[in-house]
Amino acid sequence: MDVITQIFNFFSDQFLRMTWLFELARLLVEKVFGLPIDERLGGSIHFFIYDTIKIFILLSVLIFAISYIQSYFPPERTKKILGGIKGIKGNVLGAVLGTITPFCSCSSIPIFIGFTSAGLPVGVTFSFLISSPLVDLASLLLLISFFGIRIGVAYVVVGLILAIIGGTIIDKLGLENQVEGYVREIDDVDTEIPEMTRRERISYAKDQVKEVINRVWIYVLIGIGIGATIHNWIPQPIIENVIGKNNPFAVLLAAIVGIPMYADIFGTLPIAQALFFKGVGVGTVLSFMMAVTALSVPSMIMLSKVVKPKLLGIFIGIVSIGIIIIGYTFNAIAYLFV
Amino acid sequence: MVIKVLGTGCANCDKLEKNTKKAVEEKGVDVTIEKVTDIKEIMKYGVMKTPALVVDEKVKIAGRVASPDDIKKLL
Repeated sequence: MDVITQIFNFFSDQFLRMTWLFELARLLVEKVFGLPIDERLGGSIHFFIYDTIKIFILLSVLIFAISYIQSYFPPERTKKILGGIKGIKGNVLGAVLGTITPFCSCSSIPIFIGFTSAGLPVGVTFSFLISSPLVDLASLLLLISFFGIRIGVAYVVVGLILAIIGGTIIDKLGLENQVEGYVREIDDVDTEIPEMTRRERISYAKDQVKEVINRVWIYVLIGIGIGATIHNWIPQPIIENVIGKNNPFAVLLAAIVGIPMYADIFGTLPIAQALFFKGVGVGTVLSFMMAVTALSVPSMIMLSKVVKPKLLGIFIGIVSIGIIIIGYTFNAIAYLFV
Repeated sequence: MVIKVLGTGCANCDKLEKNTKKAVEEKGVDVTIEKVTDIKEIMKYGVMKTPALVVDEKVKIAGRVASPDDIKKLL
C-alpha cells in the first residue's frame, strides 16, 4: 500500500502540481529578477508565471487525452445507451455519461431535442445537462493539481449527486409538458455515423486542444491575474470578512457572483485557489466553481429555446439551491479536507 | 452528388464548409454543396453535435471539422 501511495504522491506532485515548475519559477524570479517571492511584487510575478505555464501545460495534455477518449462517446451513442432505461437508473447513467460526452453550450439544443425525441424522460436529460458542463475528467485532474486529491474527488462526487438528484426532482415534478411544442414534433432518427479511424481521432483531439486554448486563454490569463492580485495584494482580513469564515452569507455571495459568469473551470481555478489559500472555506470555493461552470447566461439562453420558462426556472432554482447546500455542507465538514 | 453541411452557424460549421469546398475543388468532381442551418432539418439526420457532413443523404461525419483530405475520401 505504501508503495502505491508513494507512486501516487510522486505522480501528483511532479505531474499535476508540478513542484519542479514551482521551483524553476522561483529561481527565475529570485535569481534573475532579484525579487524574493515572499514579498508582494515577487510573489505576484511568481504566482503569475507558475500558474500560467502550469495551466497551459495541463490544459494541452488533458484536453488532448480527454478528447481522444470522448471521440468514442458521441452524443448519438449516449442517446442510444440511455434509451429504454427508466427511473433513477436513467438519472445515474445520464449524469455519468454527461461526464464523458463532449459538451459545449452550443450543442445543448440538438442534444436536448435528440434525447427528448428518443423518448427519454425530461429528468434524465437534465441529469445529463447538469453534469455535462460541471464534471469531467479534466476538471477532476485539474482540481487534484490545485487542491489535492480529496477536494478533487469530493467535487466530482457531489457534482454527480447534484446532477442525479436535480434530474430526479425534475422527473417527480411531472414537467414533461414544459417542453416547447416543436421539440415533440421532431422524429427520432437513429443514425449510424461511421467510426473514426485512429488518425482521425488524433487529429480531432489536436483540433480540440487548439480550439479550447483559443477560446479560453484570455479567461485563463484574467483568472490568473485576479488570482495573483488576491494572493498578494488584498489583505487577508478583507477577504475573510467578505467571503471568508466571518461572513455567514459567504456561500450565497459566491454562488450569486458565479452563476451569471461564463468561464471554463480553467479560468476559475486560479481565482478559487487564491481564495482558498487566503482562508476562504472549501465549501465557498466549491460553490463558486460550480456556479461558474454549471450555470451561465449563454447556456440558459440556449435552453430557453427548447423548454418553457417554468421548467427553465425550476432547473436554475434546483441547481442554485443545490450548489448553495453543497457549499454550506462542505464548510461545515471542512476539517475532513484541509 | 449532393453534399450537405449541417450546422447552426457556428465558426466550426463555416470551417467545415470551407474544407469541403476545397476538397471538391482539388478533386475536380461535380458536386452540389448545400448548407443546412435549420435545427429541425438538422435533427432529421439524427445528428446531435454539429458540424456534420451528409453525402447523398448519408451522415458521414458528425461533431468535428474534417480536413480537406479526409473529405476527399468521401467523394
